[in-house]
Amino acid sequence: MILAATVTRPSFTGALFAGSALPVAIIVLIVLVVWYVAAIPMNAVLSQPLIDQAGGGLANTLSISWSLPRPVLPAPHQVMAELWNTVFTVAPWRPRSLLYHCWVTLSSTLLGFMLGTILGVALAIAIVHVKALNRSLMPWIIASQTIPILAIAPMIIVVLGSIGLTGLVPKSLISMYLCFFPVTIGMVKGLTSPDPMQLDLMRTYNADASQVLWKLRWPASVPFLFTSLKVAIAIALVGAIVGELPTGAQAGIGARLLNGSYYGQTQQIWAALVAAAVMSSGLVWLVGFIERQVARAMGAKP
Amino acid sequence: MAAASVIEARELSLTFETADGPVYALSKVNLTVHDGDFVSFIGPSGCGKTTLLRVIADLEQASEGAITVNGMTPEEARRQRAYGYVFQAPALYPWRTIERNVALPLEIMGFGATERAERIARNLDLVNLRGFEKKFPWQLSGGMQQRVSIARALAFDPKLMLMDEPFGALDEIVRDKLNQQLLELWARTRKTVVFVTHSIPEAVFLSNRIVVMSPRPGRIIDVIETNFPKDRTLDIRETPEFLKVAHRVREGLRQGHSYED
Repeated sequence: MILAATVTRPSFTGALFAGSALPVAIIVLIVLVVWYVAAIPMNAVLSQPLIDQAGGGLANTLSISWSLPRPVLPAPHQVMAELWNTVFTVAPWRPRSLLYHCWVTLSSTLLGFMLGTILGVALAIAIVHVKALNRSLMPWIIASQTIPILAIAPMIIVVLGSIGLTGLVPKSLISMYLCFFPVTIGMVKGLTSPDPMQLDLMRTYNADASQVLWKLRWPASVPFLFTSLKVAIAIALVGAIVGELPTGAQAGIGARLLNGSYYGQTQQIWAALVAAAVMSSGLVWLVGFIERQVARAMGAKP
Repeated sequence: MAAASVIEARELSLTFETADGPVYALSKVNLTVHDGDFVSFIGPSGCGKTTLLRVIADLEQASEGAITVNGMTPEEARRQRAYGYVFQAPALYPWRTIERNVALPLEIMGFGATERAERIARNLDLVNLRGFEKKFPWQLSGGMQQRVSIARALAFDPKLMLMDEPFGALDEIVRDKLNQQLLELWARTRKTVVFVTHSIPEAVFLSNRIVVMSPRPGRIIDVIETNFPKDRTLDIRETPEFLKVAHRVREGLRQGHSYED
């Protein structure tokens, strides 16, 4: 009896290893250690004279390397402090607030993601239905993605600026330009995923092309759509940030990055990067969450 | 008086051009199916029985010869939704519940909501699947899924049922049960059924005419009429008459094979 009780009760370490808490914690710890250690040699150019002045020694090395006002590589706690100061101590509608810049970037990300999804799906539907388009359009679509976005973004901004379009729209268009591609590729695959038997069935009903699309191809492509959307929303954010760089850096995560590098505010750069990463994972999680709800409604095995 | 002919094939041939040269899937097939018939095509794989069914359904086109379905070309017949087709696999749409799978042809053909609901209930009743309306296909066994696909084919009430080895993937016990149910269904609904199988007992039990086919090139080598009572049960498989017919089918199949080795 005692033996049975011991066996069935999960031990504390067992519970830790069963979940993902421990592995995640270990990775975070490793990243932090590497980061702190790397900050010492990377900041040496700036910190060495100060350390010598203070009389050297390990304690001085660490405290000075990790607390420079404009470090080459800020220590994690410096980035956290910057995040705290720009998120919680400033009203979110003030340009000093990081949340304000997040919102600016997020709004063009979401608009670009929406436009990109619509364009991507529309292209995929056209390509699946018109054989000639597969040959004629696909090379252009692929070529469009081989051009570095950094090269084309300023041109888009300038061209649209000359016809009076500034602010949200040009940035969203750059986002769209990047994120339609995975949607097109995924949806071409998804819309052609029904097996021949399912298509033959539609033929025996004498179903027209739009019925085949909406009753068979579209529902069959939903898993492919969500996989593409997860990729697309992450690159939409990258597109929005890149789109902010040539606009004179007025607002947005991109502007924070650019400003930070102009004035050597590395904490500001890192804080903006962390904000972008958090937003990006949040968006991907959101798409995944919607995906699970849709899958359940469509009768997926739990 | 002779019943009107539903399917008429004259000197029908179909050749697939492949990289390894032409494949003669069907060669000079002559066949008449009358209204109310239960006709089985039986033969080894590659004998063209499924191809012949697909030509009738306008899922393949013959290279030579003539074929009519209800007096029309197969394409016209398909456009008029003259037949219900049951595939080797259930081919249910996994994102639709059972009732919505049965509703699929009805939606496409523009039936109203009340008419749809009435037909779903009636046809699920017919295949003994009342109470499973809200389930998704993966929650049903293989035999139940195939019954759903039969209900789906019956839903728009076609006069002609084309069935391509519908029970091929099922175990023998389930197959026997479904054979019995299919026979009852046929007796009750007076439909014309064309049924593809590679099981001799299944063909003899179900059909009033058995078309024996042979491969390379795919052709008909014998047509056997049976005369079992309409209300027969699985027990007749033990009777001498049944065994005699089964023997003739087996002989036909063996003859067809003697060519190659």
